[in-house]
Amino acid sequence: MNTTDLATYNFAYLDEQTKRMIRRAILKAIAIPGYQVPFASREMPMPYGWGTGGVQVTAAILGPDDVLKVIDQGADDTTNAVSIRAFFQKVANVAVTTKTREATIIQTRHRIPEEKLTAGQTLVYQVPIPEPLRFLEPRETETRKMHALEEYGLMHVKLYEDIAKNGHIATTYAYPVKVEGRYVMDPSPTPKFDNPKMHRSEALQLFGAGREKRIYAVPPYTDVVSLDFEDHPFEIQTFDKPCALCGAKNVYLDEVVLDDRGGRMFVCSDTDHCEDRCANGHRGHLAYNKEAAE
Amino acid sequence: MYVAVKGGEAAISNAHRLLADRRRGDRSLPAIGIEQIVAQLGLAVDRVMAEASLYDRALAALAIRQSRGDMIEAIFILRAYRTTLPRFGYSLPVETGAMLIERRVSATYKDLPGGQLLGPTFDYTHRLLDPSLLGDEAIDAGLEREEGGEPIMRVSDILAGEGLVEDDGSLPDGHVAGDITREPLEFPMARDLRLQALARGDEGFLLALGYSTQRGYARTHPFVGEVRIGEVEVELDMPELGFAVSLGRIQVTECQMIAQFKGSAKNPPQFTRGYGLVFGQSERKAMAMSLVDRALRAEEFGEDIVAPAQDEEFVISHSDNVQATGFVEHLKLPHYVDFQAELDLVRRMRREYEAAQNVGTELPEAAE
Repeated sequence: MNTTDLATYNFAYLDEQTKRMIRRAILKAIAIPGYQVPFASREMPMPYGWGTGGVQVTAAILGPDDVLKVIDQGADDTTNAVSIRAFFQKVANVAVTTKTREATIIQTRHRIPEEKLTAGQTLVYQVPIPEPLRFLEPRETETRKMHALEEYGLMHVKLYEDIAKNGHIATTYAYPVKVEGRYVMDPSPTPKFDNPKMHRSEALQLFGAGREKRIYAVPPYTDVVSLDFEDHPFEIQTFDKPCALCGAKNVYLDEVVLDDRGGRMFVCSDTDHCEDRCANGHRGHLAYNKEAAE
Repeated sequence: MYVAVKGGEAAISNAHRLLADRRRGDRSLPAIGIEQIVAQLGLAVDRVMAEASLYDRALAALAIRQSRGDMIEAIFILRAYRTTLPRFGYSLPVETGAMLIERRVSATYKDLPGGQLLGPTFDYTHRLLDPSLLGDEAIDAGLEREEGGEPIMRVSDILAGEGLVEDDGSLPDGHVAGDITREPLEFPMARDLRLQALARGDEGFLLALGYSTQRGYARTHPFVGEVRIGEVEVELDMPELGFAVSLGRIQVTECQMIAQFKGSAKNPPQFTRGYGLVFGQSERKAMAMSLVDRALRAEEFGEDIVAPAQDEEFVISHSDNVQATGFVEHLKLPHYVDFQAELDLVRRMRREYEAAQNVGTELPEAAE
């Protein structure tokens, strides 16, 4: 019984055949923006639901010269982002960064960086449930038909019912979009705050859903329009206060509980953006305290 | 005061160090060896091989040790290794009729060619804790039957002789068996793919579904035509040589479940079959698989689809425990960005609700 001669793993873990299969799926996805391309998702050495789709897409497109950034909840230092970044350092030995503008590939879970992405960059989204119609219709056989027939009435009815019941649309993240006037697409569970950033982005956006075995894409400069009604136009979240550390306005903020007496502070969800602003002399009202704490 | 949540890297490294420590446990005890796991926890090894779809006892045992005995974790580790292996080709169908049999029982015939062979079974043991296993008492070797007995024919072949049971399923000419680990799943599935998915499906999930069919949710009146456990030869066709060569033997468990069928316009009344085939010795899994396979054939037989076990998309989409555990456990990952969006929404709806309540309480006053 010899267990010492285990095969070594290929560059970026996946074997080259698998990478070619994934690249074919990616090319098809780019050719049909917003369409979910089935692919033979592999088991990855991290659990399903933890970014295996994004990791497979990244592994398939990653080259030795790439610079990789990984974020989760907008931050480079959340545990799962740290783990995925470490994975690619280990299996691909690529350069990594936390700087949005230095990265050629950014793998993300739940956020789009605040800084505008530029041509040549690729944003890889980790997607749990790729099907925007899934919670309206649980059957894949049905939802594929609905996409084929461009039958999206059910989604509009859902949004309408929200308005009828609550006075506004009660979807705050994974807010459905229409891509290039054809496919309704799930932007992954990013807050709807980030939806406008997808529209005509200069960067290539790739979406990988490992457990559900789907890849989809938004090529650069593609129309991505959040679903809405003329009398209830799409709106993003707004925050009353700027970031407490860097003073940024019009960015997505995390709420941090300060004490057990209801104390709260709001700070940038995008840590790189926040640190960049702080380094350039921007200060929020709690910035001094933060430095004192360090 | 707030300090940014830094140090994920150090935290992970420390957590893994602690995991390694806990895995090793009390250092005054010898470490458990891979050979010991293979030899003494063989059924655990079999389950890991079956649900990881990789027949390698040593690697499965390594995975079990690495996972501290967490079976799904071990299955996961082994699968993540399997998926990186290149495909050289696909073996010929194994001939389970030629199995070197260790156990074979039939519930449909009292005696039959080849006889009933109980083999190494827990059946008929009394489940009393056995203090003698606390030590290392000498254990007698098992008895072996003499070689060269009569061939052990399959029960399905006995019934087929009378034309009372359906044939082995037929697939369209030129049908090449699929590979669910290389092609994306699509519904509806052909039976070959469905059986592949069931073969690596979670034992507990299939057990519960099979059980549900016995309790009236898509009842099929099943009988165990036969369960057989033993070794079969795996052969690979070599185009260069023009004939098949043997790659070796593997142990499998096969179950042929015989179920009733009243007949239809197309088919006469006859027995139908559900099929289970699993790596290693795993009778529970093979039996559950065969019950679920039969239930999933409802549409083929024009039966009403009324129960979860008959719903292919439901069963196959949720039978894979590596997928299931990953997605369930991902809920512990941070979701604070989305939660922030929901907080904002709930606060807003709450303000609107309270505003509406206030209007409601003021109105009666206005009427006074």
